[in-house]
Amino acid sequence: MTGFSGHIGFAGYIQLVYVLAAVLFVVGLHLMNSPATARRGNQVAVTGMIIAVIATFVLLIHAGTVTTTGWIVLLAGGLIGSGVGLFAARRVQMTAMPQLVSAFNAVGGGAAALVAIYGYYQAESIGGVLGTTSVFSVLDVLIGSVTFAGSIIAAGKLQGFIPGQPITFTGGRVLNIVLAVVALGSGAYLFTTPSLPALLIVVLASLGFGIMMVLPIGGADMPVVISLLNAFTGTAVAMAGFVIQNWALIVAGALVGASGSILTKLMADAMNRSLANIIIGGFGTGDSAVAVGGPIDAQVRAVAADDAAIQLAYASKVIIVPGYGLAAAQAQHGVAELAKTLEDHGVEVSYAIHPVAGRMPGHMNVLLAEANVPYPELVEMDEINPEFARTDVALVIGANDVTNPAARRPGNEISGMPILDVDQAKSIIVIKRSMGHGYAGLDNELYYGPKTSMYFADAKKAMTELNSAVKTLVA
Amino acid sequence: MSAALLTDLTIFILALLIGIEVIGKVPATLHTPLMSATNAIHGIVLVGALLIGITAHTTVGYVIGFVAAVFAGANVVGGSVVTGRMLKMFRKKVAQPAAAQPGAAQPELESLDGHKGLRGLADKVGMGRGQS
Repeated sequence: MTGFSGHIGFAGYIQLVYVLAAVLFVVGLHLMNSPATARRGNQVAVTGMIIAVIATFVLLIHAGTVTTTGWIVLLAGGLIGSGVGLFAARRVQMTAMPQLVSAFNAVGGGAAALVAIYGYYQAESIGGVLGTTSVFSVLDVLIGSVTFAGSIIAAGKLQGFIPGQPITFTGGRVLNIVLAVVALGSGAYLFTTPSLPALLIVVLASLGFGIMMVLPIGGADMPVVISLLNAFTGTAVAMAGFVIQNWALIVAGALVGASGSILTKLMADAMNRSLANIIIGGFGTGDSAVAVGGPIDAQVRAVAADDAAIQLAYASKVIIVPGYGLAAAQAQHGVAELAKTLEDHGVEVSYAIHPVAGRMPGHMNVLLAEANVPYPELVEMDEINPEFARTDVALVIGANDVTNPAARRPGNEISGMPILDVDQAKSIIVIKRSMGHGYAGLDNELYYGPKTSMYFADAKKAMTELNSAVKTLVA
Repeated sequence: MSAALLTDLTIFILALLIGIEVIGKVPATLHTPLMSATNAIHGIVLVGALLIGITAHTTVGYVIGFVAAVFAGANVVGGSVVTGRMLKMFRKKVAQPAAAQPGAAQPELESLDGHKGLRGLADKVGMGRGQS
């Protein structure tokens, strides 16, 4: 389609339409820089997508070589896929968004790999593949297959089909290296010798590598893994764009690759861990909400709902610090109700959102938005940290490691991790089921502080109790 | 290196730079919808899946084309719809859920003959049903 000399021809005009679609993707993403315009951004991107699909149908009709079976296969496939996607998108619970995003990463990567596999199969059946084409084909098949298998494992872990804990076994790391070597080696072989069996080996080894890459990674590291797989999918789609020389795929793939890479870096920074450290794994368990159940230490001060309610109702400024435990307990609606009661009583309420609160970037914001929390109340870590010093009560619900002051000191597992400065608040109430550890397996010094009260309860039950206690007080 | 490949590479690198620039401005509050929107955007691979039809004249070709179309169709439709669903929940104030987005005029979109999955997609993405 590219490399026109002089006249650009029909395919050239279609390529221009693809450029228009790509422009709409960029504009759509640009509009996502504010919650007020983000919906329009999504609509603009969808418009670009529809234009690109129409252009493709025009191209297919113009080519005139699509057989009747071909049309049936394409339309049936597209419709079935659309139906499944529509059903999943409408039914999914917001807590299950990370699984759904992982599933879409899987199918996107899988489709990209299939485009290159088909291109290779087609070129090989008519005699040989060009050197430069095969570099991108091999990269597409490699990255697409790794993403497909890895994303399925990630989705399975998030959904609970596969245990969230890191799964490791003797020789696992060696197997991983062997698979990588086999995949890359067969890929390199393809540059010189066209061979369908070698391509099949690339596919199988890449699928195996994808599985082995994600299995040892713990549930709490999922925000990084999902972002990374998102970047992989984008890259695979861009490579597919090189294979079929389509600018819409190249631009869209590059945009997604950039987005996924940025989010990966943000998430890794928020945990103060390198990507290599996370991928190699061996640290990190499942949900921090599932308490390991240590004994309640005598040094901590326990409070009941009534005392906590008095502190909250007579405060002038309250910051709520939600963690994944809140979502795991399905307590977000209760929290939103409590915040509303306090606000109506004249208390200033905001939420401190740590970047890795949740199972994917920004997950906590969506969960709270679903519970009708207005987005101006959701404040990022860097913005809210100076606020804690003039806060009467910090209410910590289901967050652990991200509030641990030990991170400010060197010499422990979470040293250097950016944390919410909860300990700066005038008083702190922590809602927690027991003194169990967070995923870092570390005692949280915040709980032993003189200003801290521990409210031992399941987050959802605690919210019900607190709501009725506060309502009695302010009535 | 062919001129075509050079063009493609240039486009790829420039698009990466634009992506870094544009995505860097998205606030952390919107990172989940952002990832979901980019998820839908990589559903553009549907174009690649459909183009398989031009040369697919064997069973292997049909099977690969079918699976690719299923995958990509689920990706693009599911990603777009769920992004719209999420963004609808972001409100500035609790009080007025309906009047939250004054600027969101619905674009006029053509439906696509023979491709019901995309028909009316814009409705589902943007406007339509109340709180689900």
